[in-house]
Amino acid sequence: MKGGEAIIKSLTDQGVEVVFGYPGGVLLPLYDVLYDSDLKHILVRHEQCAAHAADGFARASGKVGVCIGTSGPGATNLITGIATAYMDSSPILAIAGQVATHLIGNDAFQEVDTIGITMPITKHNFQAMKAEEIPGMIKAGFYIAGTGRTGPVVLDLPKDVQEEEFDYDQAPDIDLPGYKPTKKGHPLQVKKAANLILNSKMPVILAGGGIILSNASDELLKFSKLVEAPVTTTLMGKGSFSEDDKFSLGMLGMHGRTVSNYIVDECDCLIAIGCRFSDRTTGLISEFARNAKIIHIDIDPAEIGKNVDIDVPIVGDAKNVLNNLIKIVSNKNNGNKSRNAWLNHVVKFKNNCEPNLLYSDSIPLKPQQVIKELYNAISDDTIITTDVGQNQMWMARYFSTRNPRKFISSGGLGTMGFGFPAAIGAKIAMPDNDVVAVCGDGGFLMVCQDLATIKEYDIPLVICVFDNRRLGMVSQWQRLFYNKRISYTQLGQSPDFVKLSESFGVNAERVEKPGEMELAVRNAIKSGQPYLIDVIIDADEVLPIVPPGCGLTEIVGEYKVEQKTPGEILYKKNKKEIGGA
Amino acid sequence: MDESRTHIISALILHKPGVLQRVAGLFTRRGFNIENITVGTSEQEHLARMTIIAKGDEKVLEQITKQLNKLIEVIKVRDLNPEITVKLELCLIKVHTANEKVRSEIIQYANIFSGRIIDVSPDTLTIAITGSPEKIESLIDLVRIFGIKEIARTGPTAISRGTKTM
Repeated sequence: MKGGEAIIKSLTDQGVEVVFGYPGGVLLPLYDVLYDSDLKHILVRHEQCAAHAADGFARASGKVGVCIGTSGPGATNLITGIATAYMDSSPILAIAGQVATHLIGNDAFQEVDTIGITMPITKHNFQAMKAEEIPGMIKAGFYIAGTGRTGPVVLDLPKDVQEEEFDYDQAPDIDLPGYKPTKKGHPLQVKKAANLILNSKMPVILAGGGIILSNASDELLKFSKLVEAPVTTTLMGKGSFSEDDKFSLGMLGMHGRTVSNYIVDECDCLIAIGCRFSDRTTGLISEFARNAKIIHIDIDPAEIGKNVDIDVPIVGDAKNVLNNLIKIVSNKNNGNKSRNAWLNHVVKFKNNCEPNLLYSDSIPLKPQQVIKELYNAISDDTIITTDVGQNQMWMARYFSTRNPRKFISSGGLGTMGFGFPAAIGAKIAMPDNDVVAVCGDGGFLMVCQDLATIKEYDIPLVICVFDNRRLGMVSQWQRLFYNKRISYTQLGQSPDFVKLSESFGVNAERVEKPGEMELAVRNAIKSGQPYLIDVIIDADEVLPIVPPGCGLTEIVGEYKVEQKTPGEILYKKNKKEIGGA
Repeated sequence: MDESRTHIISALILHKPGVLQRVAGLFTRRGFNIENITVGTSEQEHLARMTIIAKGDEKVLEQITKQLNKLIEVIKVRDLNPEITVKLELCLIKVHTANEKVRSEIIQYANIFSGRIIDVSPDTLTIAITGSPEKIESLIDLVRIFGIKEIARTGPTAISRGTKTM
């Protein structure tokens, strides 16, 4: 068997049915095999989109996504997507072509040190120098990507190796003596955590992306009801707990909901599961959950104690540890110390600072209104992907996600241009679910060439461009923290997104008035074809924010229900705030 | 806060190309303050032993250990207890010898420090010395006045005392 055939066979053996890729010189042997293969290959229009699509595929399905790019620029174009997957622990296998082995190191045409470049942004990477290494590497790659703290793996594949003949059945497996992810939490630590929770008066659960990655949403729901704790989430944890639940507090952090930020500040026991306490989640670390004992459950030991000091660390898989906790807590009677008072307080607080979604007559449209109409137009099984920036934070804040793997967003790396290609991957992975990509006009334009992909393959997803002709998030910071000096964040009137979309053969319409969005989304989904909705929104709308260097309760710009109009954000500079990002 | 001190970290890693790059890259990326790294073969053919000297408090050390452990090619990592650890370094010093008197003086110093003269030329002597970094520093200080032409040091490698292995 030839190396190229071995790649396809190994991928198929891992259950791969579809890959996202873009061919090139050194990949000719591989693509020659693909020509007769049953493996479905989606030809994207930029390698970055291949990586994001594989990522979206992985996040929507829980399976490892696969993307392919050629050597040199093909590989460097994959980088943004690989780094995005790395920051959000998304399992993908990125196959990069490489120049022939005898040319490596010669600065050959389209040669780049892919292994060196991807070392800091992958869980692991391999370079196949002989064809017989390919099956073992792909097998190990899938195992590493998809187990423990999941993440991206790169396979660097020189041209001649794809053509080399070898005996597939004799190919050796790769031994991984240094890779043994811990699944089970230490029983003593779990017991300690259970006691701490039972003895606390005001517990709160902080659910991160780890819940979703370990498919532990059912366990989380059961556990939260059992210990009577409200649940807040990180951005990556959005969807792990239904945000329509009475005891859901929504997202925590810089653009979190006021109720989350205050309740975490108040609580006496914070149960953090599968999260990494990023700066966007904690605000000023010294102020974070200062009254609480903190339990941290995470599969990656290096995350425990990295940013926040932990009282009870548990290394283990979220699902596994939650099941053990449920077992212990169910068996222990805590003397029936009811948490009614705490829960009543939480619910009352929540009702008092419910974000305002009542903008039913504003023109230009308020994003809150658009999101409300979007919510009404879709089902709880619709997969939403977002881009990065204001559109993302508006969605995180005002849109209620009800199920896991239904809110897909670039968290750690904050990659503009992620939303649309991730939606392509999500739709390919879950053809029976509706998929809606919410993008900003800035981010969408970075990847708009892939409208060709959804047209050519007839991938029916809905793109909503929140169009304010701004790099909204940066512009907001300029307004708040840089004396309203709007430096290079206005995008002008080009392009016309409807015409742009139509030129690709993708149906599109513009939405400008209240009521139109809901109808447009419904029709778009019903059409069963790819569809773009250009939503003209109010460029002056800003997000509530915890200014950098402040504690979570110093959030500014949260409006109560009774306030119909937001007005100016009252923001006073304080000494701790020194700008920064 | 924990006290910041020098730690000796011993790691067993797969003996493969690129592993040193992974480790070095990790340290740079995470901003760990590393004084020295030595790598060489170990008792097992496919494994190499890496000795890392790093400064930091317990929290920094914990992160170094955990992040190292996350590398797929790292098998084992231990923070060696300095009280029961032998730490040795090899140092080669090429000293200028202006005359016969200087030459014999340098030989005497080398003898006192259990060093050996491994090379002689009409106007230089090369001393090989093994020992703790402090001992080596002392010898270097002593012969500095004669004019040091070159120094090559391996950096310390370490192993724990007694029957226990890591």
